[in-house]
Amino acid sequence: MTTPGDRKYSDEHEWALVEGNIATVGITQYATDSLGDVVYVDLPDTGATISQFDKFGEIESVKAVSDLFSPVGGTIVEVNTGVADMPEKVNQDPYTVGWLLKIELADPSQLDKLMDATAYDNLTAE
Amino acid sequence: MNVPIPGEIDRRLLNDRSVSGRIGVRMPDLDVPEQPLPDSGLLRSVPAHLPEVSQPEVVRYFTTLSRMNFSIDTNFYPLGSCTMKYNPKINEEMAFLPGMGGIHPHQPDETVQGALQLIWELQSDLGEITGLPGVCLAPLAGAQGEYTGLMVARAYFADRGETARTVALIPDSAHGTNPASAAMAGLDVITVPSDSDGNVNVEALRGLVDERTCVFMLTIPSTLGLFEPNILEITSVVHEAGGLVYADGANLNALLGIVKIGDLGFDIAHSNLHKTFSTPHGGGGPGAGPVLVSEELRRFLPTPVVERTGDDYRLVAPPDTIGRVNGFHGSFGVLVRAYTYIRAVGVEGMREIAENAIINANYIRSALSGEFGIAVDRICMHECVLSPQAQKAKGVSALDISKRLIDYGIHPPTMYFPLIIPEALMVEPTETESKDTLDRFIAVMRQINREIEEDPDLLHDAPHDTPNTRLDEAGAARNPYLHWRPEQNSQAAD
Amino acid sequence: MTTKASPYIPNTDAERELMLAAIGVRSIEDLVRDVPAQHRFPHLDLRPALSEFDLTAEISALAARNATPGEYACFLGGGAYRHYIPSVVKSVVARGEFLTSYTPYQPEVAQGTLQVGFEFQSMICEITGMEVANAGMYDGPTAFAEGALMACRITRRQTIAVLDTVDPRNIAILDAYSRHQDIKIVVIGRDDDLPEDAACLMVQSPNEYGVVEDLAALAARSHTSGALAVASVNPTSLGMFRSPGECDVDIVAAEGQALGVPLSFGGPYVGLFACKDVYKRQMPGRIVGRTTDTKGRVGYALTLQTREQHIRRERATSNICTSTALIGLLMTTYLAALGREGFRQVAELCYHKAHYAAAEIDRLPGYSVRNDGPFFHEFVVECPRPPAEINTALLDHKIIGGLDLSDRTPNGMLICVTEVNTRAEIDRLVSALAEIGPR
Repeated sequence: MTTPGDRKYSDEHEWALVEGNIATVGITQYATDSLGDVVYVDLPDTGATISQFDKFGEIESVKAVSDLFSPVGGTIVEVNTGVADMPEKVNQDPYTVGWLLKIELADPSQLDKLMDATAYDNLTAE
Repeated sequence: MNVPIPGEIDRRLLNDRSVSGRIGVRMPDLDVPEQPLPDSGLLRSVPAHLPEVSQPEVVRYFTTLSRMNFSIDTNFYPLGSCTMKYNPKINEEMAFLPGMGGIHPHQPDETVQGALQLIWELQSDLGEITGLPGVCLAPLAGAQGEYTGLMVARAYFADRGETARTVALIPDSAHGTNPASAAMAGLDVITVPSDSDGNVNVEALRGLVDERTCVFMLTIPSTLGLFEPNILEITSVVHEAGGLVYADGANLNALLGIVKIGDLGFDIAHSNLHKTFSTPHGGGGPGAGPVLVSEELRRFLPTPVVERTGDDYRLVAPPDTIGRVNGFHGSFGVLVRAYTYIRAVGVEGMREIAENAIINANYIRSALSGEFGIAVDRICMHECVLSPQAQKAKGVSALDISKRLIDYGIHPPTMYFPLIIPEALMVEPTETESKDTLDRFIAVMRQINREIEEDPDLLHDAPHDTPNTRLDEAGAARNPYLHWRPEQNSQAAD
Repeated sequence: MTTKASPYIPNTDAERELMLAAIGVRSIEDLVRDVPAQHRFPHLDLRPALSEFDLTAEISALAARNATPGEYACFLGGGAYRHYIPSVVKSVVARGEFLTSYTPYQPEVAQGTLQVGFEFQSMICEITGMEVANAGMYDGPTAFAEGALMACRITRRQTIAVLDTVDPRNIAILDAYSRHQDIKIVVIGRDDDLPEDAACLMVQSPNEYGVVEDLAALAARSHTSGALAVASVNPTSLGMFRSPGECDVDIVAAEGQALGVPLSFGGPYVGLFACKDVYKRQMPGRIVGRTTDTKGRVGYALTLQTREQHIRRERATSNICTSTALIGLLMTTYLAALGREGFRQVAELCYHKAHYAAAEIDRLPGYSVRNDGPFFHEFVVECPRPPAEINTALLDHKIIGGLDLSDRTPNGMLICVTEVNTRAEIDRLVSALAEIGPR
């Protein structure tokens, strides 16, 4: 699968897709592949505020657990309850049905600290 | 009832076999007058929904279940770091003597002198074997022994006013219990890297020890099955910084009569009686994880320990005890088994155990190092770690090899541990396996290696003839189904 | 190398020579060269090996120096209880396939252990009325302590309130388990308010004096303060008394020993642990789950493993890595044999016999049974002399008396009666107590 060019990436393997002042956040295909079958996603409540690169939750496979770090800071306006109920959606497609949070951006300039798809592909190719 | 399928095992749960009115055992009649009942608000309104099955059904059900297990009694079980050695039958008989298995933990000391003497003798023997004379047998398992040992370390430093010592240094090759126990003991975990030979990187350790070091926890022999060649330097580096050295001596099988860990500079250790000292694992416990300490730390041991004055044995609390870590005096039934084993083996047999364990592990290592990579290919102690990366490159994982071994009636080695070794397969044959068994294991491994070339799907689909093929563990975790439910009445979807 | 052969070691000297040659070394010394020479092959001050015959004689002699309940009438309880263990229980647990297997990390070759674990969890849910249970803990008191730590994780609060009728042994263990976690333990009386920041209220029922607590009221009180209710219960009592689940308790721990496990001087026992479903991901210990295999057949596997130390390491819910599976098997077989009816009967036998004994003792001059509320099968007797003296005198009557509680209540003795105490034994205790009487 190609890395979508419409969004930005963190070196912790999360992506952010910005529409207006709302960023949708999820994990990358690379992260999904290294986790294997996702069995549980622990997500925060809506309304919480979060700083860029802070931990916001955990994602678990059968025999591994990883922290989730937010690529952007702001207020959480929506969480993907579909993923909480059916974690396999992350495996289906982490870039669409497997999204995790929608965050109202605190500071759009934070996006400058993230990579584009090409830079991210170079990182994961190493 | 479903359509019967030839060869299928009837695995219906007890509640799905239950028929109202059946009983499995008859209780005595009430031989006193009935007494008034308390307020009905305190009483159960509906009986607990337990199964109603007859005695023959109980026996057949559990016997059928037992036959779906691999066990030491039935299979070669080279499960690294777990020491699946033969569990002598005499141990069981001694543990169930009425005077051992039937005594109450609150009985006054003078009515349990035999039991207390046994505990005292075992304390002494373990102190002698390890060179750490302060022994408390109370901890119920290795992880509890570990936590207890770390509490002793913290109490020792608190007593000296060195309260800033809050760091546990732990090698990257350690068992998960080490950092988990350290966290429970309120210690910050700092990881110590291993060098390319799987030894502790002494220079890195030197850079990490300081006035905050509480303990350095080291598994001995290492989780790679190796004896740390720089051990004396390591213990002195930690001591020079004022820290204590903790031995995860869960597995002492290779050290019996070879070296006393106390002589190497270790201050605290725990040892799992269910490994080195032959007590059965029982499908995951009970264990016993005695904590062993130097003379200086003895006064901090948990309570109780047994003290002897002349011919009188008493349960006592050490003077500066860290307190009580479990309900009574430890896994006494496990202690009886371990004591029985030590007496059966005797002074002359200790070294023989270690020597045979070491020879057996090296025999496998040298035979398989050609076909399967060895993580660190040098002389090992009681176990060796294979790292079949060439096989992985051909699309067959350590997991596939493990599952294929099952088809040959061999329990898989420990997989994917230690974490620092890719595709790790940790093989510990123990001393109670014969050369014949090892030769067959080696032949099976070579045959599996040929199968990887000829028909890798044999491995991918393995095991084939077990009551279950590979299980959907992701499904189990996504939709936890954790107890019997009424609607569950068929065992086979097909 | 010694010449005396060990029955547990198959290889002969000749085979060892062949193996050493195959390894490419000359002697065992070549295999242990990494061990510092000055510490290699130490002298061990141990006794010589014994034959099985001699061993049996020696250990039987030790056993004979213990006063054994059964030979003696025994009225001790206080956390460990003597009950009848059906012969099928002993027969099942002796099977080597259960006894000598390892933790079921390879589910295809451990379906026996795993299915038993699932039955075990199911039975705990049934008797406690709780929604989920784990596959077992070390013992009751450590499970109770882990329950409190779990409540702290869930509520993110660091104060544990303990009702003052909880057995001091349980509080001691809680102290050991929480000492380095910045947790405060507050012991409160029945009428005291819960501390505002309490993570939980810990209750034991029946309590240290044998009295059945009003779990529903205590749970409601905890919930009012935003705290969880953590209860330790005697599982035998649940054959008769309301289950903690019915009382809206959040986390339940229990000592499983009373359900088919020999007294064995205090261990090995098994801790039972159950909670409400919403809290299951904070549970310590192993959990067995039902799933299917690649052919669609039902099977069982360990699940929710990311909570555990082998994956989450220092952030695990506990460092525990045992489920005390073999003792869990004893319990499972015991409850299977007893069944719905037997489970109720045992509780009722205990209840009526204990109340009969209490009434008889209460009639004796100098003795009075404390009336703190309804009790199950243990009760406190205030004795006319120190209980230690009475117990010494009882030994001459071939009776092991009750638990000495004089550190907590003047001349108090906790007497326990179960279905194995016959009326003849109880009457013998009563007349012995009368005879011993005041000083």
